[in-house]
Amino acid sequence: MAKIIVDGTEIDVPAEFTLLQACEAAGAEVPRFCFHERLSIAGNCRMCLVEVKGGPPKPTASCAMSVRDLRPGPNGEPPVVLTTSPMVKKAREGVMEFLLINHPLDCPICDQGGECDLQDQAMAYGVDTSRFAENKRAVEDKYIGPLVKTQMNRCIQCTRCVRFTTEVAGIAELGAIGRGEDMEITTYLEKAMSSEMQGNVIDLCPVGALTSKPYAFKARPWELSKTESVDVMDALGSAIRVDARGREVMRILPRLNEAVNEEWISDKTRFIWDGLRSQRLDRPYIREKGKLRPASWGEAFAAIAARVKAAKPEGIGAIAGDLASVEEMFALKLLMEGLGSKNIDGRQDGTVLHPKFGRASYLFNATVQGIEDADVILLVGSNPRKEASVLNARIRKRWRAGGLTVARIGEPADLTYAVTDLGAGPETLAELASGKHSFAATIAKAKRPLVIVGQGALTRADGLAVFALAAKVASSAAEPAEGWNGLSVLHTAAARVGALDLGLVPGEGGLDAKAMAAGGVEVLFLMGADEIEVGPGPFVVYQGTHGDKGAHRADVILPGAAYTEKSGLYVNTEGRVQLGNRAGFPPGEAREDWAILRALSDVLGRKLPFDSLSDLRKGLFAAHPHMAGIDAIAAGSAVDAAALAKAGGAIDKAPFRDAIGDLYLTNPIARASAVMADCSAIASGRVPAAAE
Amino acid sequence: MLQDRDRIFTNLYGRHTPGLTGALKRGAWDGTKFLLEKGRDWIIEEMKKSGLRGRGGAGFPTGLKWSFMPKQSDGRPHYLVVNADESEPGTCKDREIMRNDPHLLIEGCLIASFAMGAHACYIYVRGEYIAEREALQRAVDEAYEAKLVGKDNVHGWPFDIYVHHGAGAYICGEETALIESLEGKKGQPRLKPPFPANMGLYGCPTTVNNVESIAVAGTILRRGGGWFAGLGRPNNTGTKLFCVSGHVNNPCNVEEELGLTFRELIDRHCGGIRGGWDNLLAVIPGGSSVPMVPADQIADAHMDFDTLRGLGSGLGTAAVIVMDKSTDIIRAIARISYFYKHESCGQCTPCREGTGWMWRVMNRMAEGRAQKREIDMLLEVTKQVEGHTICALGDAAAWPIQGLIRHFRPEIEKRIDQYSANPHSEPVRVAAE
Repeated sequence: MAKIIVDGTEIDVPAEFTLLQACEAAGAEVPRFCFHERLSIAGNCRMCLVEVKGGPPKPTASCAMSVRDLRPGPNGEPPVVLTTSPMVKKAREGVMEFLLINHPLDCPICDQGGECDLQDQAMAYGVDTSRFAENKRAVEDKYIGPLVKTQMNRCIQCTRCVRFTTEVAGIAELGAIGRGEDMEITTYLEKAMSSEMQGNVIDLCPVGALTSKPYAFKARPWELSKTESVDVMDALGSAIRVDARGREVMRILPRLNEAVNEEWISDKTRFIWDGLRSQRLDRPYIREKGKLRPASWGEAFAAIAARVKAAKPEGIGAIAGDLASVEEMFALKLLMEGLGSKNIDGRQDGTVLHPKFGRASYLFNATVQGIEDADVILLVGSNPRKEASVLNARIRKRWRAGGLTVARIGEPADLTYAVTDLGAGPETLAELASGKHSFAATIAKAKRPLVIVGQGALTRADGLAVFALAAKVASSAAEPAEGWNGLSVLHTAAARVGALDLGLVPGEGGLDAKAMAAGGVEVLFLMGADEIEVGPGPFVVYQGTHGDKGAHRADVILPGAAYTEKSGLYVNTEGRVQLGNRAGFPPGEAREDWAILRALSDVLGRKLPFDSLSDLRKGLFAAHPHMAGIDAIAAGSAVDAAALAKAGGAIDKAPFRDAIGDLYLTNPIARASAVMADCSAIASGRVPAAAE
Repeated sequence: MLQDRDRIFTNLYGRHTPGLTGALKRGAWDGTKFLLEKGRDWIIEEMKKSGLRGRGGAGFPTGLKWSFMPKQSDGRPHYLVVNADESEPGTCKDREIMRNDPHLLIEGCLIASFAMGAHACYIYVRGEYIAEREALQRAVDEAYEAKLVGKDNVHGWPFDIYVHHGAGAYICGEETALIESLEGKKGQPRLKPPFPANMGLYGCPTTVNNVESIAVAGTILRRGGGWFAGLGRPNNTGTKLFCVSGHVNNPCNVEEELGLTFRELIDRHCGGIRGGWDNLLAVIPGGSSVPMVPADQIADAHMDFDTLRGLGSGLGTAAVIVMDKSTDIIRAIARISYFYKHESCGQCTPCREGTGWMWRVMNRMAEGRAQKREIDMLLEVTKQVEGHTICALGDAAAWPIQGLIRHFRPEIEKRIDQYSANPHSEPVRVAAE
């Protein structure tokens, strides 16, 4: 700790603090444009100038000077920093004037208006008129992809976007060309950026140079209602803020959550909102003579009741999809129990994970924050860049800090950090588990080895055997750190951990998702399950939001609410229970999913024991107490690899395949989104990314 | 006046061969091994004693700079980087050294590297210096062949020397921008601290020296720091290459004692001012980045660091630009402003935005198409740039204009009056709010 006097207040701060941090600790506000906590220090905007007493007679950039570098006074008194002195005020006003001379005065037509750092600080440090009588600089707008709109006249060259893409996103595609006042930010030859996190540059840009292309000119920040929620596009459960105007979601922004997403979100999370508007199911449908016709809720329920009553209990089944909240899955489970059926499954991808092996057997046990402590990471059948882009950025952050070895067994892919490929399939993993592989020594030496098992390894027939091997590798460190559990499952679906927590797996003698879909049941409930092919035979009741695969196969469609239209709990891949909130109402006659099930249960004569969401939650919390611990993780005990191995059986030789093919088209909302379709086309190279 | 026997650069004009044989005859590489055997501390002590101040412009004592390098390596290698990115307008001294006396430089590199525990030295040559780079590379190859440098050389200090060719950016003459460029990045100055002596090239302790500072080291050590300190004036010792250009009868490069008067320098080596001393208007005494000094102040001033600083200017690189009364002084400074606008790297705000603004206003003032109040505004803009930037380019852009306004304000006002006295169809522009 070092003592420092800021504006007359003496405080104690860690010596490695920058002056800017020290000033903030002392309660002094320091304006800045280029400085960002999570990026490297550029020190180029010069807005954060402060006066250091006893130093050279010129102001110092506080973001770049550390407290340790200051000299104490002649008699050992603490260094003195002034943030409000006339010199500082004059310096900042000078910098502000320079920033504004070439900045267009187009705030009225700028999307950043109302949430612009430059606008705000111009109020504090700007003057009312300009002394600049020359022509303003004009810069051509650049094409940098379908997501980020550029207005390069407004750029103040803070290089936050450049630093974000190179440091966090790991793509060295955005940079500055030219020199002096001709310096311009662009991608090389105006190619589209290839990162799946590029949308974050919109938030980082302190001015309106980089704005959201899909959101362009759609709304003003002050007319939006802001709802704090969680994302369901992947199993990470990033914290988001949903901005809606009336019923329509206008944009999605990240919220700060150090434990999960820091302050980044993936492009899928950010730009999914146009998918919430198209292809929506806004009324019930019944299939008659092979064609779906609009129906009333009563008709739809009656049609279902007729088929359910005709079926035997074991002829009824239910599959919960990837985006379902815990509440509706709980209601679904109660309904199936009421109907006497054991055919229920929340694992439409066929993963072998099962609650009977303990909660730790299906969680990302190391936790997302724990990645930053890991010293060796082994990826088994997983491509985190696609499965959870923000988590991948966390691995990259750890890798950049140095001292991390990342190895992979599975499909090679560019993950934005150096990865050693050990092999392609389970055989390599078996070698590793038996200690024969040369990499086994590295894991044995590690204090905190992290084994990330992806769904690419777990949805196979030999998934359990593979998982047992992975568990063995994870526990093969000779001297693991106290309390470290490195076996971590990376899920691909937001609903999966919740479903496993609730026990949405077939009961004794029950059928699993695959068997049900193949025609093992007479009546099949698909609750938002779109990623599974249902064969001919079953009478399919599809409850969901979009006219997607499930709806196409359905005999009765019950329109549900998307994740922004209902309050619901989601459990992310690390087992963290998070609450999503309603930002708007579902379209037309669509209803919240738990309410649909409650109403249907009445018609079926198996009335569910709750009349409101809070009643439902009361029941849920009584049955599963850990669901009440919002934002907390109820950790499981370490996985018994021996028990798993016993259940596992023999391994197959086939190499692991990534669980996700097209990152941008993984769920019904994404498939309905035009923006995601664009991204998908560019990512797969179907569209040459030409300049205009 | 500097005696011939005290000259360091004895082949400055290329009258003899620059090759190794010629260099050996002129005394280069003489007893270098003996010098190294005296040890690191002795070398640094002798350099300090010589009072040599860096020849690149800032005038920081060279011996002191060398002593900042860590005494013991912490595992990281040390590097010497020689700044041969000589781009300051008016300066052409390093060019002559590389052309005609390259072995003095190479020998200096070895000695300096030894003194700071470096086994590798990079010479960063300005992009436009193509023939010079070739000449230097030839000399380096000769030195390798003669085993004067290299992994296994006769001096017993494993040492590699690399000539790196820049791409012609002025800003890469700034030491940290030079390091960035050498690392293959965009040449933009780094934030200091950390200083290069701590975290320089590839994150390792590095010293960046000017070509002239390094090239004189061998001779200083051979003849003793005391000899060098005996030349010149107190605190401004030794000899210095002056590059005199502009309105003198014989523009030239010349090695002279520091602290001779301007009049001596011009009369003795340059054949006087064009049109006589009465025709002298002003002098930029240290390359384009220092403020000008008007004739009456400079004529009998001593050409050294301290005197010129006292005149509100500086010795800089000792590139003396002489301007007689035929000079359009406002246009001259406007041209210099254009240079800085063109060479600003664009990294930090005041310089990026300020240099363009200053140049545009200067351009108008050169025509007279301005308001008199804009002179004060321009002065204020220069003060807003000066001292607010990452590197000294902002200062360098501001100073010439400050010098102009300080000494030639009536001239600017006269130009404005002349312009407004003549009717023009185009009105004076006002701010576009």
